[in-house]
Amino acid sequence: MSLDNTEVKRIAHLARLAIDEEDIPNYAHNLTNILDMVEQMGTVNTDNVTPMAHPLDTLQRLRDDEPSESNKRDHFQKISPAVENGLFLVPKVIE
Amino acid sequence: MQWETVIGLEIHTQLATKSKIFSGAPTAYGAEPNTQACAVDLGLPGVLPVLNKEVVRMAAKFGLAIGARVAPISIFARKNYFYPDLPKGYQISQYELPIVETGKLEIELEDGTTKIIGVTRAHLEEDAGKSLHEDFHGMTGIDLNRAGTPLLEIVSEPDMRSAKEAVAYMKKMHSLVTYLGISDGNMQEGSFRCDANVSVRPVGQAEFGTRTELKNINSFRFVEKAINFEVERQIDVLEGGGKITQETRLYDADKDETRSMRSKEEAMDYRYFPDPDLLPVEVSENLLNEVKASLPELPDAKRNRFVEEYKLSREDANQLTADRETADYFETTAKACADAKLAANWVNVSLAGALNKEGKDISESPVSADMLAGMLKRITDNTISGKIAKEVFEAMWNGEGDADAIIDKKGLKQITDTGAIEAVLDEIIAANPAQVEQLKGGKDKLMGFFVGQVMKQTGGKANPGQVNQLLKKKLGL
Amino acid sequence: MHHKTIAELSKGLQAKEFSSEELTQAYLARIKQLDPQLNSYITVVEEQALAQAREADALIASGKAVPMTGIPLAQKDIFCTNGVRTSCGSKMLDNFIAPYDATVIERFNQAGSVMLGKTNMDEFAMGSSNETSFYGPVKNPWDTKTVPGGSSGGSAACVAGRLAAGATGTDTGGSIRQPAALCGITGIKPTYGRVSRYGMIAFASSLDQAGTMTQTAEDSAMMLNVMAGFDERDSTCLDMAVPDYTVNLNDDIKGLKIGLPKEYFAEGLDAEVSKTVEAAIEEYKKLGAEVVDISLPNSSLSVPAYYVVAPAECSSNLSRFDGVRFGYRCEDPQDLEDLYKRSRGEGFGSEVKRRIMVGTYALSAGYYDAYYLKAQKIRRLISDDFKQAFEKVDVIMAPTTPTVAFNIGEKVDDPITMYLSDINTIAVNLAGLPGMSVPAGFSQNLPVGLQIIGNYFEESRLLNVAHKYQQVTDWHNKMPESFK
Repeated sequence: MSLDNTEVKRIAHLARLAIDEEDIPNYAHNLTNILDMVEQMGTVNTDNVTPMAHPLDTLQRLRDDEPSESNKRDHFQKISPAVENGLFLVPKVIE
Repeated sequence: MQWETVIGLEIHTQLATKSKIFSGAPTAYGAEPNTQACAVDLGLPGVLPVLNKEVVRMAAKFGLAIGARVAPISIFARKNYFYPDLPKGYQISQYELPIVETGKLEIELEDGTTKIIGVTRAHLEEDAGKSLHEDFHGMTGIDLNRAGTPLLEIVSEPDMRSAKEAVAYMKKMHSLVTYLGISDGNMQEGSFRCDANVSVRPVGQAEFGTRTELKNINSFRFVEKAINFEVERQIDVLEGGGKITQETRLYDADKDETRSMRSKEEAMDYRYFPDPDLLPVEVSENLLNEVKASLPELPDAKRNRFVEEYKLSREDANQLTADRETADYFETTAKACADAKLAANWVNVSLAGALNKEGKDISESPVSADMLAGMLKRITDNTISGKIAKEVFEAMWNGEGDADAIIDKKGLKQITDTGAIEAVLDEIIAANPAQVEQLKGGKDKLMGFFVGQVMKQTGGKANPGQVNQLLKKKLGL
Repeated sequence: MHHKTIAELSKGLQAKEFSSEELTQAYLARIKQLDPQLNSYITVVEEQALAQAREADALIASGKAVPMTGIPLAQKDIFCTNGVRTSCGSKMLDNFIAPYDATVIERFNQAGSVMLGKTNMDEFAMGSSNETSFYGPVKNPWDTKTVPGGSSGGSAACVAGRLAAGATGTDTGGSIRQPAALCGITGIKPTYGRVSRYGMIAFASSLDQAGTMTQTAEDSAMMLNVMAGFDERDSTCLDMAVPDYTVNLNDDIKGLKIGLPKEYFAEGLDAEVSKTVEAAIEEYKKLGAEVVDISLPNSSLSVPAYYVVAPAECSSNLSRFDGVRFGYRCEDPQDLEDLYKRSRGEGFGSEVKRRIMVGTYALSAGYYDAYYLKAQKIRRLISDDFKQAFEKVDVIMAPTTPTVAFNIGEKVDDPITMYLSDINTIAVNLAGLPGMSVPAGFSQNLPVGLQIIGNYFEESRLLNVAHKYQQVTDWHNKMPESFK
């Protein structure tokens, strides 16, 4: 699988990553190499293999429905880049 | 050309848990911004989700109530996209293996016909926060209190063929989730909202037309208006030789129109994959049996029982069972006053009218079921007439006490003393000789005139039946 | 005092031969003097450490101490530490003062251990050489021209240079074992689910596991006694009893069946590294162990499968770094998309961006089955290989790395070559098994690590097997010349 510059830009956009124009060929090159390496997986037949999503072969534990967290807004927002009236601020969202 | 409308609904209902789906933060509505967003809800680095047990029980309850398959194992997946009210950059949802699959719901239309609407699936997910677009120096404010509130997304089959059917389905679903006690169903607070997938096709055509998705409709009225607008719009486009674009549209209630949501137009690639922070969720046979045993009587069963047990009309019973609180109110009243039809009539007409007028929920009614029953008893034992009862009800509504106290205080008791009524009658007979002659001559309609006069003079306190009898006796009819 | 192991320091503290404050001061002084050569710490918390040490001394005086009380440790900068910067080696979190403690940190605090500081690491734990850190590369104390390995390179280097009595690490594809091997120390990655991941900044959630980096297996057992165990805040942390890992250290290993997977002794393995590991296995034979040749046939697919699973999970895990609630935010964002793209583009280094892009691609529409699903199936095959092997043997041994430490800059421009330096450690993470690296000698004056892989939840056995070896060898006591 060879990734061209357009494809790199598409992925970078999907992942919301600004990539300098001049770095794109380098990313395309490295990503292509990585995908080539990854494609060795194709050498083995896995038709009847059950996918393994997780190393733990067990079930989700459930929590009792009891509120246990108190308000720590001020503590959490001390490290926030932009806050006003307890709200996180972002550039205007247009719908 | 004749067009057929095809509608499928995705209803998002917030589950009425005390804490969030994956964190121990409280879920109460209306708190100060971000005061109910804990480390997990904020998506701080390193935090992890742990699933709330109640959420699983509620979903199972819902599944059983719509005759669906409750999956013994379901999986949480991540739906990846960037949006400021989505703190982690992904929403934990269910994708390939939802907790509820293939159920159905019967709806009843205005003409009394019924229809089965298929429910494709219902899955659990976390709600997002809220973007506040008021101006903060040209910025948008983000409140994450709602982030992590449990949602059950109920996806219907494209089985509805008109906006009216969609409304009936939505109302029925609303009634069901509130009956089950799994949601407060509060639409103003966003606890129950829906997206509608709408398309049109020429009548007789088998395949569906291209659909649009109408987002975030939060009232029964809007769902009807939004769909109707969208159907008209699509037909106009098609008849004008155009094509429908598959897109997300937002219903603007102020302008009563739908418009394309440009921000969501780019092709979404959500990159779903199983959430590695969560393991497969089991609904065991035990849990299922336990939930089954706790199921309340559901709306349809209750309606049928009301018709059977209280001899109500199906229409009255439908109205009474639309929500659990009204049904409970009615039953309490009916049992206490021992006249179910009278109770049904008062709950459906006078009480419903008064609540509607003041925009109140039945739970906020100043007249309790016991108070209403107390008044209805005074009608059945002839203490007051139905007409006087309206006055008593109003006084109760205004907080003037219970029926007996009001009847007493205002002297509204019917006059049952024959002598007193006869005295009034004599006066009226004497004052209206012409009418007396006509009545005697066979003009029966004039009975009403005399009874009316007596009622007027007694301030409504005479018993009309009694007046009738006395009049007949006096005139020898 | 810095020559001493945790076990020895613990005894000294209990016997009041020295105080934790003195000990902490000694380590702080060494850090000040020697760390400029290594760059193993990102943050040193001198005052907090001394305050903790004084508290520890009070605990010891009152007789309420536990074995880890007063022991000065270094914490990998991937664990959230309340009130202390937690950078994860990234510009993205350079300004991130964590508002809460990771469970692992909380447990060391409860035990009265002292935190000297936060150790350097590859950015978001993505790397095998510690060269991707925003804070510059860490140097290997055995030869400062070479890398210490990664991603827990700071932890490995500071323990090897005796700038902490022990350190925590995390291991997603070898990030404890590989640097432990390259720096000549002992490290254990426990079974997935043994140690809570709460507060440990996620790289790949189904692979990440926290563990220890120490001079000896006994020290690792002592640290693991504090770290391991159920945490209700982590759904993937198992609720099962935790043994006292120090109890079985001296158990006889006569009759122990050691499996040697032929795939780990094949092409690409440095001849001297191979010889060193074979010599270690000879020692085990002397201790009464039996050697069995085994095969893990799908081993060669572990790197390809890993480089789908890990990037896929990381692409999603790192989405929360968006410049909205914490962390780096670009200057003067023009609009929302600009805020996202530049905050992330500027905040992440190139290796992190590369992996996010690989993962995004592997999960995107049309590629999911060919990449992500395929990798999950390969993962099953790899896991099954181990299952079958453990029907025949008690532990598996192999070189931790195919070569000794390579030079700084040598592989940094070639991701694939870099990725292959983890070829012997990655399969263990895919399967979720526990694995260790133990110092087993030297090649070209650089340490060689022996990897010991155990069956699920057999950390006790691994530590026992490692400890017995350390009773008859002294590789773990060797120290780099300029750090003696």
